Amino acid sequence: MTDLTVALTLNGRPREVRTSAHRTLLEILRDDLGAMEVKEGCGEGVCGTCTVLLDGEPVSSCLVLAPRAAGCQVTTVRGLGDGDRLHPLQEAFVTEGGIQCGFCIPGMILTAYAFLRDHPAASRAEIRRALAGNLCRCTGYTKIIDAIASVVPGRGAGEQGAGGG
Amino acid sequence: MTIPFDYRAPATLAEALALLRDHGEEAKPLAGGQSLVPLLTLRLARPAVLVDLHRLDELRAIRREGDALFVGALVRHRALERGDGVLADCPLLQEAAALIGNVRVRTLGTIGGSLAHADPAAEWPAVARALDALVLVRGPAGDRGVPAGDFFVGALVTALRPGELIVGVRLPVLGPGTGYAVEEFSRRAGDFAVVAAVAVVELAPDGTVARARVSLAGVGSIPQRLTETEAALAGRRPDPETLRRAAAHAGAIEPEGDAHASAAYRRHLARVLTARALARAAAVAARRGAA
Repeated sequence: MTDLTVALTLNGRPREVRTSAHRTLLEILRDDLGAMEVKEGCGEGVCGTCTVLLDGEPVSSCLVLAPRAAGCQVTTVRGLGDGDRLHPLQEAFVTEGGIQCGFCIPGMILTAYAFLRDHPAASRAEIRRALAGNLCRCTGYTKIIDAIASVVPGRGAGEQGAGGG
Repeated sequence: MTIPFDYRAPATLAEALALLRDHGEEAKPLAGGQSLVPLLTLRLARPAVLVDLHRLDELRAIRREGDALFVGALVRHRALERGDGVLADCPLLQEAAALIGNVRVRTLGTIGGSLAHADPAAEWPAVARALDALVLVRGPAGDRGVPAGDFFVGALVTALRPGELIVGVRLPVLGPGTGYAVEEFSRRAGDFAVVAAVAVVELAPDGTVARARVSLAGVGSIPQRLTETEAALAGRRPDPETLRRAAAHAGAIEPEGDAHASAAYRRHLARVLTARALARAAAVAARRGAA
């Protein structure tokens, strides 16, 4: 068993954790750093619920061993907004009613955030494909896609029918 | 949390190889972790020592070597999906990478890790097989290159010897007149393919097939080449009837059925996906030939 210190940047703030190497990033975020906005779903990388951005790219935090996060920028859904002001994508989930139980939403928003950053003019079909790895057990996909599409210029409510949920 | 292990993150390939040599069967190398970490958390893998390779920048090289492309073992699926720089010389890689898992798997997963894991339904083993790739390996006895046709031995079993690591893979550049396609069927987006077909078609200047190569994933314990399909195309024009007849040879495979698909359904998928991959590869070849 190996114990080590992992220094990382969490939502812009430098943090340090003393941990065993066999714990995951998900565990140190929730249990040591209090980032309870990161949710555990399947614990084996399938559901997308525990998605965080590692140096800006989406990863399953349950599949990253803690030492791998050393020196990295970790962004959770809390890191997207500006203080108490929500990021427009978060705001869109509120106004479009994209949230049911809410458990999958942090992962949905972070996946969508990284995708729209790289594909700012994405079509509804492309958004659906990009979100395919994030599961919502309320099966609330239609309004989730609506919310994401609503922040893409020119892809608001008018396009909803064509692409389905 | 996984079972406890000693964690080592060597700074050089030589150190990593020394650790693997010293700890033998007790040690397990970690690349992107998208297959190994789930196995650790499920307690299906229980190494005493985990040798994390992520500091080995020497395994991240991508370079053109004559008519070939060298891709380092730690190059991630996302980089291959983007296909920047010389990676554009083998655009089949882009198409295959985009089909792997979900975006999170592609962010961290590596080509070397996927080849070493050797899942029979994974994309990279089938691509390596279709392209006659050379898997470059370093170990206690030095360097060697293992042709993809010899590298995959069984489900999750490769020709890697104790203490050996994949350092990279050598793939052919796909020149003008060469087309490619990957067609796969999975139950849900992002799942492993039930069956996947990889086709590479090279057209001669007269429009006949100079060489066709087809491999399948998901129809056995290792990726399989369809030599009869390939032979049925050589020297022929890739018209729909010829492609259909060639693809029909895919029905000769003998897959095993499991919870995901019966043997008969896999055979059906093999025929259909081979036909689609060949048709698209031939069309791409014709288009690229014109360039």
